[in-house]
Amino acid sequence: MDTVGGELNVDMLTASVQLQRTRAGSTPFLLDVSLQVPPGITILFGPSGAGKSTLLDCIAGLVRPDAGRIAAGQEVLFDSQAGVNRSPQTRRIAYVFQTLALFPHLSAEENVAYGLDGLPHEQSAARVEEILKAFRVEKLRARKPPEISGGERQRIALARSLVTQPRVLLLDEPLTGLDAELKAAIVDDLRAWNAARRIPILYVTHTREEVDALGERVIAMDHGRVISTGTPVEVLEAPRHKRLAQAAGFENLLGGSVVDLREADGVMRVRLNESRCEIEVPLGYAVVGDRVRVAIRAGDILLATSQPHDLSARNVIEGKIVAMEPRGTLVRARVDCGVDFIVHLTPGTVRTLELADGRHVWLVLKTHSCHLVEE
Amino acid sequence: MDALLLSLRLALCVSAILLAGGLPLAYWLAYSNWRGKFLLEAVVALPLVLPPTVLGFYVLVAMGPRGPLGKFWQSLFGHGLAFTFEGLVLASVLYSLPFAVQPLIASFESVDRRLLDASAVLGASPLRTFWRVILPLSIPGVVTAVVLSFAHTMGEFGVVLMVGGNLAGVTRTVSIDIYDHVQSLEYAEANRMAIVLLAISFAVLSVVYAVNRQVGRQIGRRLWTPWAAN
Repeated sequence: MDTVGGELNVDMLTASVQLQRTRAGSTPFLLDVSLQVPPGITILFGPSGAGKSTLLDCIAGLVRPDAGRIAAGQEVLFDSQAGVNRSPQTRRIAYVFQTLALFPHLSAEENVAYGLDGLPHEQSAARVEEILKAFRVEKLRARKPPEISGGERQRIALARSLVTQPRVLLLDEPLTGLDAELKAAIVDDLRAWNAARRIPILYVTHTREEVDALGERVIAMDHGRVISTGTPVEVLEAPRHKRLAQAAGFENLLGGSVVDLREADGVMRVRLNESRCEIEVPLGYAVVGDRVRVAIRAGDILLATSQPHDLSARNVIEGKIVAMEPRGTLVRARVDCGVDFIVHLTPGTVRTLELADGRHVWLVLKTHSCHLVEE
Repeated sequence: MDALLLSLRLALCVSAILLAGGLPLAYWLAYSNWRGKFLLEAVVALPLVLPPTVLGFYVLVAMGPRGPLGKFWQSLFGHGLAFTFEGLVLASVLYSLPFAVQPLIASFESVDRRLLDASAVLGASPLRTFWRVILPLSIPGVVTAVVLSFAHTMGEFGVVLMVGGNLAGVTRTVSIDIYDHVQSLEYAEANRMAIVLLAISFAVLSVVYAVNRQVGRQIGRRLWTPWAAN
């Protein structure tokens, strides 16, 4: 099932990993996940501390799980029951670390050639040449990592990992700190490289922007477990977990209790945090009296300065602006409606509507902008 | 001058042996997960705190005709180990062990673990990782180890006196020679020797700091020195 010289490889990475970790000064951490990574980019998304890097370390063979099974295609790399535990050297899994871990004393070219030790010189030189070109860093071959700029270092780290023709690529937040344009350019080159080879690529990130930019398939993780799998829209637009909702950029996370179920309409009414304020949200698994948590994006809330009528939106809530602060190109307003809502506005809106602290306003929320999340 | 040449010969032998033996020992101490490791660490560091006479005393007893080392040596070479150059080398190796091993451990430990992980996933064996990654990034530590064990051996007194005695051309090192001159009130001779030793020590430390600067600038790492540890 190995790739030979870039032949088509349709092998999937499958991993089920259990690992109990007791770290000094922190609560014991349990990693218990099962996942499948098909060829192409799969994003592993979750807040920091979710266990993403530990999982990658297990797959690469750097950390030994307590139990589980890891296989690339038909080839078993780890199986606690069968007593199989292949060394990282023989797994042929490429791994780009968050710090990149380029060898600081070797030139870019020597870094890239590092994994080709067993090959005859001409062959290794040709492979290095090809990959340096594919990642557009052939001009930097003689430079050492400390003399190379961010973005180009990432390209060299990718080239170093991929030149060995691995059967799986693990990327641990490799593009952190780069601007969106640079990220997109590097990801394009990675996609181009992988178009012919089709190996599974597991891309770890904790930022939503990267999920949106890369997204084919997302696996969301938290507290050492997989909490959902699907397309970015499925996983992130309707997050079912509080920490995931926070990580995915839901500024409003409001507690409340169910006061009415309207199964026929597919909605239910939720009273927010013992206030008078009630909103209509999509029907969830709940009965009257249940405590629930609702996530709403600050950008999904409309704001009006007079009471709106004849709207399709079911939630119109009266309130008062209590604070406004500029945040880059938007203004973040806090509106007191019995509970506080965060609303994002443009500076233009603030000027035209003459918004200021103490202003009486109405918030408009579509039912389906309100997402129920679990703790 | 015999004494000076003898000291130089001794220091060269000792630093060569310590480099060869110190690399694997320091590697093991830096990377092993063995629970009892602290015991060996303590043994290696012992000469730092032990009075040289105590160390010298036990080495002498071990080397004596009834000691295990002495008997072993006798059976191999037909003569004892105490009061010989070989015995002096052995005692000095033990005495300077921490000066070689500790800088090596410190520089091995300061190599980013992710570099070792990267090397492993790229298929390199632990030995290859050592030669291609750990050692090149630990050059300042290696230089310090060699230079310190050399300088420390050049200047030792108590251990030499206990183990080697004072045999001209065999075990009479520079510091013993200086002591003898002072005992006989030959201050001019003592001064001549002392100033040579002072010059050598100064030169040696200058080399350490110069290398620290040069190499440190190249690989972005600082040199380990015992007085700047931790």
